[in-house]
Amino acid sequence: MISTALSDLWFGFGVALEPHNLMWCFVGVLVGNMVGVLPGMGPLATISILLPLTFGIKPVGAILMLAGVFYGAQYGGAICSILLNLPCHPPHAVTCLDGFPLTKQGRGGAALGITVISSFIGASWGITEMIFLSPVLVTVALKFGPAEICSLMLLGLLAGSTLARGSPLKGVAMTVCGLLIGIVGSDIETGTPRFTFGIPNLFDGVEIVALALGLFGIAEFMKSVNQLSEVDTKYTNVKFKDLRPTKDELRRAWPAMFRGTLVGSLCALIPGTGPTIASFIAYATEKKISKTPELFGTGMIEGVASPEASTHSSVQGDFIPTMSLGIPGDAVMALILGALMIQGIVPGPQLISEHPDIFWGLVASFWIGNIMLVVLNVPMIGLWVKLLTIPYRYLYPSALFFVCIGVYSTNNDMFQVGETIIIGLVGYLLLLLDFHPAPVLLGFVLGPRFEENFRRAMLISRGDILVFVKHPISAFFVSLCVILILAQVYVRLRKPKALASLDLKLATDAHAHDPTSRAPAE
Amino acid sequence: MLENLLHKRDFYAGGIMTLMGAAVTLNSTTYNTGTLMHMGPGMFPFILGCVLTLIGVAILGSALVTPLGEDEHILPRNKEWLGWGLILAGPISFIIMGHFFGMAAATFSCVFISALGDRESTLKSSAVLALCITVPGCFLFTYVLQLPFPLFRWAI
Repeated sequence: MISTALSDLWFGFGVALEPHNLMWCFVGVLVGNMVGVLPGMGPLATISILLPLTFGIKPVGAILMLAGVFYGAQYGGAICSILLNLPCHPPHAVTCLDGFPLTKQGRGGAALGITVISSFIGASWGITEMIFLSPVLVTVALKFGPAEICSLMLLGLLAGSTLARGSPLKGVAMTVCGLLIGIVGSDIETGTPRFTFGIPNLFDGVEIVALALGLFGIAEFMKSVNQLSEVDTKYTNVKFKDLRPTKDELRRAWPAMFRGTLVGSLCALIPGTGPTIASFIAYATEKKISKTPELFGTGMIEGVASPEASTHSSVQGDFIPTMSLGIPGDAVMALILGALMIQGIVPGPQLISEHPDIFWGLVASFWIGNIMLVVLNVPMIGLWVKLLTIPYRYLYPSALFFVCIGVYSTNNDMFQVGETIIIGLVGYLLLLLDFHPAPVLLGFVLGPRFEENFRRAMLISRGDILVFVKHPISAFFVSLCVILILAQVYVRLRKPKALASLDLKLATDAHAHDPTSRAPAE
Repeated sequence: MLENLLHKRDFYAGGIMTLMGAAVTLNSTTYNTGTLMHMGPGMFPFILGCVLTLIGVAILGSALVTPLGEDEHILPRNKEWLGWGLILAGPISFIIMGHFFGMAAATFSCVFISALGDRESTLKSSAVLALCITVPGCFLFTYVLQLPFPLFRWAI
């Protein structure tokens, strides 16, 4: 098994090292690193803006670039957290707790250096996990019938919506809304137009680009306009030579990195948890096993190394269910799946065998991309730090232009721009009501396949709804769903107070200096 | 109790979801629902509509039993009506200007109008920013990516 994996990986490196693929990978990580640093821009908005531009590129290049934006942004986000105490990206919110005190003590450079090392270790482990785990998952998943696929999707949707931050009920509500938006357009089997309100432009359904840019572009800009405070650049003067950590710091950081990596890789296996939760768990674990837990929050290097390693290992691990089962764990993965589908590639367990260039090219590009990121981050740290000072008032109008033209270019049709504006307005209203829009995208991407498999399963079982519990594998997934729901109900009923205070603590810890508060979209 | 309910964010959140679920459920019955074995186009939305209604009711119910939170204001503390309005107006102007005058005018007006939404922007700074985006932006999309969208047109 190891030898086939290695030969496949060799093939992947061949794909990823082709000049144009290498270039797209570089563009992706560069843009990702840049938006990761910029306060007020996230990987979600960026990937949605870049999505229409990838229509003209070959599928491999497109996916390498979009994935590069995602993990590149994780490197950039850490800079923002450590030097500015601004949790621009939720996964790095917890890095602020110890990263910023270190900066105040003049060790910000060392914290960044440690971050780069732990990110690389975490990512490498995540990639290794992907190489060996994905083929195993695929061999299992290829035996699935419609009923199994259906209940697996149900599990993915439930986990994605209830384990994310915020109220699980509202998360499920958003997922259902996403499924409903996915229904808009002509029915696959009969061609009946559904929920199109007689508008011919809607017969093909809602564009994923319009949906994503409305929710993560326009709605986010409305949330952030005039809400971001001037960044305090007092501590941002970091040079290349400051990055070197001391021997003592390194000695303390090593074990923390490995623990963080382990936590992250475990979190990646549970669908829907993602990097944010992984980093919080890693920090909590580190604090618990430390001999001096009271010192956390005053600049412990372990509190930087462990969450960062865990974020990166879970970011790479997130690709496992997405690429091998076709079931995305969060909104970013949903977008990347959407990009695959736009290129005419059907996601699912057959992807690895039908398009080995995409899968193995992606895996190899992760390594190449991570090495590029280390190279980009270490000597060029001064440049990235300068980016921190770009004010939001230049950023969002420029981004809005890319939103408009990007949506227009999907169909060369102004109707899509109008669609985006309406989705953005509705998305902002939902944000105000404490709904997090990320699960909408999850439901939207899985919706059509979910319905198709559901119908097929019912047809095969002759209308017997119990088919989902009669098949053993499907029953296993259904019982996991039930356990998930019961656990949520139990936690809410049993300890509403403890949970509320935990939520509050996370929110206040993470957003102490961020006036936009109310948990940014994942 | 009841007047408290009207101040709760979850009351409105649950209400909207319930209404939406009910609307979807009713609407889906206008399509052919078919039987469980041979599902028509209306069956799946019908099920989803029912689920959404139930969740909406559950959110409403949770609003009933939980005490009034500290911050139940739906709108954030400082209301940015101008900013919100102009962020929406930018893309709207993109549609209108793009339809009548082409990409250059659309880009300029979109960036210019939305940039005015920030409290620190002035007419001049917005115009400069808009110009700085329009020139390279139009070059990129017209000549590099060859988007079929005329740079200038006069279609009144």
